[in-house]
Amino acid sequence: MKTIKVLGPGCPKCKTTYNNVLEAVKQTGVEAEVVKIEDIEEMMKYNVLTTPVLMIDDVAKVKGRIADVNEIKALLTQ
Amino acid sequence: MFDWLQSFSDWLIYSVFGIENHSKLGDTLNFFVFDTIKIFILLAGVTLLMGIINSYFPIDKVRAFLTKRKWYGLDYFVASFFGTITPFCSCSSVPLFVGFVKGGIPLGVTLAFLISSPLVDAVTVAIFFGMFGLRITLIYVISGIVLSMIAGYILSKMKLESLLTDWVKELLKNKQVVDRNFEEKPPNFFQRIPAILKEAGGIIQGVSLYILIGIAVGGLMHGYIPTGFFEGYISKDNPFAVPIAVIIGVPMYSNTAGILPIMQVLVEKGIPMGTVIAFSMAVVGLSVPEGLLLKKIMTTKMLMIFFAVVTVCIIISGYLFNNIL
Repeated sequence: MKTIKVLGPGCPKCKTTYNNVLEAVKQTGVEAEVVKIEDIEEMMKYNVLTTPVLMIDDVAKVKGRIADVNEIKALLTQ
Repeated sequence: MFDWLQSFSDWLIYSVFGIENHSKLGDTLNFFVFDTIKIFILLAGVTLLMGIINSYFPIDKVRAFLTKRKWYGLDYFVASFFGTITPFCSCSSVPLFVGFVKGGIPLGVTLAFLISSPLVDAVTVAIFFGMFGLRITLIYVISGIVLSMIAGYILSKMKLESLLTDWVKELLKNKQVVDRNFEEKPPNFFQRIPAILKEAGGIIQGVSLYILIGIAVGGLMHGYIPTGFFEGYISKDNPFAVPIAVIIGVPMYSNTAGILPIMQVLVEKGIPMGTVIAFSMAVVGLSVPEGLLLKKIMTTKMLMIFFAVVTVCIIISGYLFNNIL
């Protein structure tokens, strides 16, 4: 069971990333819990500088840009 | 540099479409074709170049670079400079601000970065270059950097730390730079290319509609408004033109993409260059949505001081440009 977190204050880029994650999870069938973190104070605990950030099991994999579905699928099946 | 493109536009409009040379319709269409192609070529060039720099020098490294040693004031320049080449989406401004200050970068330096980043970015540089040429572009970029440095410095002297919101002050009690949780081995140049291309493509895609609309409106004005039309209303001698342009520009929220093609025509029709530059700086540098985001970290008083200082700096540079250009 993986935990995927998408950190971002709700800008279009963050929403796209979040939707891409849902799609990637669906396509790969990996068992994962997807969490969206939109609260800035909560976000700062993760030491982020640019949003969106994609974290898998508390490791930041993609920072400051949209991760596309294929990229996330690759990260999930590693 | 773009003579070939002008020849192409002339050929396309006057020969292929058979529209009469120097007619209003012909001028408008010619302007549209020429400017659109030119700007997209420049945009591709600049976004790719910035993408490459960024791939090697992401924002985490900028922060590490700034905190690594004592800069004795030079950090204002370093921050403003990196602000110009580091793009970030406006919704990143809060995490970025907190991350910088928490990492030990002085408040004024952080603000300098925050001011210069939207003021000078890849899209602005490309369009400025296409519209006004190399000299004006260099003046714009350099003044954007200098303005950010000065505004950042003034703000640092105001000791605004106490005016941050409580949760930020709480966070700042233990300053530290930790870059945990990020594992990524550096890819080589060729492995970086797809991401760079995608990023550049994304930027261009995001602004292309604005550019097309901007150029279309600019083209119409170019064709149908007589040259020097505005001269009577907004002359260099009118001392209120710059502040009024800036104050109108501040609350507006737009990117340079849509606004600059129109600016070019305004200059052509008689509005002084400095007034135009000040207006566009006000539009891209400060905005209501940005203010709402920053309210998360700044108390209203601090936010007002921040906006006021930047606004005054933009007005001053507007006067300056009007006198030197």
